[in-house]
Amino acid sequence: MSQHRIQEIWDFRSPYDIAVVGAGPAGLAAATLAAEAGARVVLFDENAAPGGQIYRGVTRNSRQTAGFLGTDYWAGQALAESFSRSSSDYAAKCTVWSIEAPGRLDEAELGVSQNGVARLVRARSVLIASGAMERPMPVTGWTLPGVMTAGAAQIALKSGGLVPSGRVILAGCGPLLYLLASQLLAAKADVVAVLDTAEPRRSVKALTKLPSFLFSPYIWKGLSLLAKVRRNAQVVSGVTSLSIAGDSRAEGVRYLARGRQVEIRADCVLLHQGVIPSINLANASGCSIGWNERRRAFEAKVDGLGRSSLQGVYIAGDGAFIGGARHAAISGRIAALSVLGDLGMMAGDAVARQHAPLLREAHYHLRGRDFLDILYEPSKQFRAPVDASVIVCRCEEVSARTVRETTALGVPGPNQLKTFVRCGMGPCQGRMCAQTVSEIMADERGTTPGAIGTYRLRSPVKPLTLGELASLPSTPEALLFVTGESKETT
Amino acid sequence: MFARLHEIADPVIFTFDGVSIRAERGQTLATALLAGGVDVFRWSVVGGVPRAPYCLMGVCFDCLVTVDGVQNRQSCLIEVRQGMDVRSQAGGRQVNTAGVR
Repeated sequence: MSQHRIQEIWDFRSPYDIAVVGAGPAGLAAATLAAEAGARVVLFDENAAPGGQIYRGVTRNSRQTAGFLGTDYWAGQALAESFSRSSSDYAAKCTVWSIEAPGRLDEAELGVSQNGVARLVRARSVLIASGAMERPMPVTGWTLPGVMTAGAAQIALKSGGLVPSGRVILAGCGPLLYLLASQLLAAKADVVAVLDTAEPRRSVKALTKLPSFLFSPYIWKGLSLLAKVRRNAQVVSGVTSLSIAGDSRAEGVRYLARGRQVEIRADCVLLHQGVIPSINLANASGCSIGWNERRRAFEAKVDGLGRSSLQGVYIAGDGAFIGGARHAAISGRIAALSVLGDLGMMAGDAVARQHAPLLREAHYHLRGRDFLDILYEPSKQFRAPVDASVIVCRCEEVSARTVRETTALGVPGPNQLKTFVRCGMGPCQGRMCAQTVSEIMADERGTTPGAIGTYRLRSPVKPLTLGELASLPSTPEALLFVTGESKETT
Repeated sequence: MFARLHEIADPVIFTFDGVSIRAERGQTLATALLAGGVDVFRWSVVGGVPRAPYCLMGVCFDCLVTVDGVQNRQSCLIEVRQGMDVRSQAGGRQVNTAGVR
């Protein structure tokens, strides 16, 4: 058997047993397992090659030229290779913009676009593996050219061997900040400073979770990473305020650390304060969304086996909750087995037998997560900015002041706020502001983001051109509805 | 703004606002522009201020450019191609009446 690549939109072989959305570790592992078990699988990938963000470019890079990416990165090669040997259909450069869960129809219907042409693809079940995105870090000047997320710089490194030139400053908190710093240093970037915004007193609070972290697979990796960065770059801890200066591009960073105000010149500023699940597709599909107070993120509700609140819709990997790449692949396999069982393609006892070792493995990879979550919880001033001029919604350019003032006027929640001030109504559809809006509203009302809620989203979750919509084949029912004429002549 | 670690092995040539840029075949348009020295991709819709890619993974929509006449393309999600005509954008999308009869 070999993989069938969907090069053009009419190549789909609908209906499928399982449609997998996303080609990161969770999606690749799920599609491979399901295809090997005999299911008809299609995997949709918005990018040109498998790997998602964490293993981006893994089928194209080589250890000789990109050794600085580190050993963990190459773990993606095996996943991508098994997937390419599977019988799964693979639709690269293809965007999924809607999912209608099975219910009204017996099958799920996915709205997809490739090369500017749209189609509806049918599948008996859908597995969302949408992965994570970086938690927005709204500070003054974060919309200036020259300011990016740490993840963006890592993507540039993985996909094109590109290194930011000039003076580079990393700011924020979390393990990825230090991982990127070490990768950039290894790639000979001029890392001037790492500004750590983690609250020093959180380490005391995190100590209660230390015993489990000591047995986590991450501890030695993490400690050696920190030591490496501290040896090679200036690390400033206890940063409590941060702004980026510049008129038409980033020129410097102003920060406050332990009562001292400092300004440094910079050509490139990389921000990061942890990752949160990408929930737009699940949210717009109608899956229940809830707030996780410890991880401070909205998450789609899933049972322990990958089932969402909607029948026939499953969510795996960091798109469900943040567990990292290794955990994501395992959770992809767990969810794929649930799908096979629910579709009656695998006997219940066989599913349970295969679930058991995977669940143990998943648990192992989640060890120590609590410690990291508490240690690296972003400080409040970086989640709910106090500086009134900070832009919250990058698309519609809505400031923290506007969000706070509108909240004080008594808008019931984020959806009404959106209607009044267009916050979250731009092309990114709230991806960059949803978290901040809920945090600010919660701050103003003295409650939690969970009580505030988040945007209710609608499909399409990615902007479509009218041309793409018009390219959808019309059914006889649709023609009858619009024209009042039936084409059938009997 | 970004430097390449390796020489371009398999080049393609495209234009940004009429200026030719060399890029590596298969790389995304956004990284090709950044490596080609472009630091402003567009001017924002509300305030008319300069913007460039923020996330490079399809989330932020700050890397929008016009590609071969199609506006608001996410340059981080499309591959650069030989002869691509790429333009920066100012403000919101415009209705293109050129082809309307």
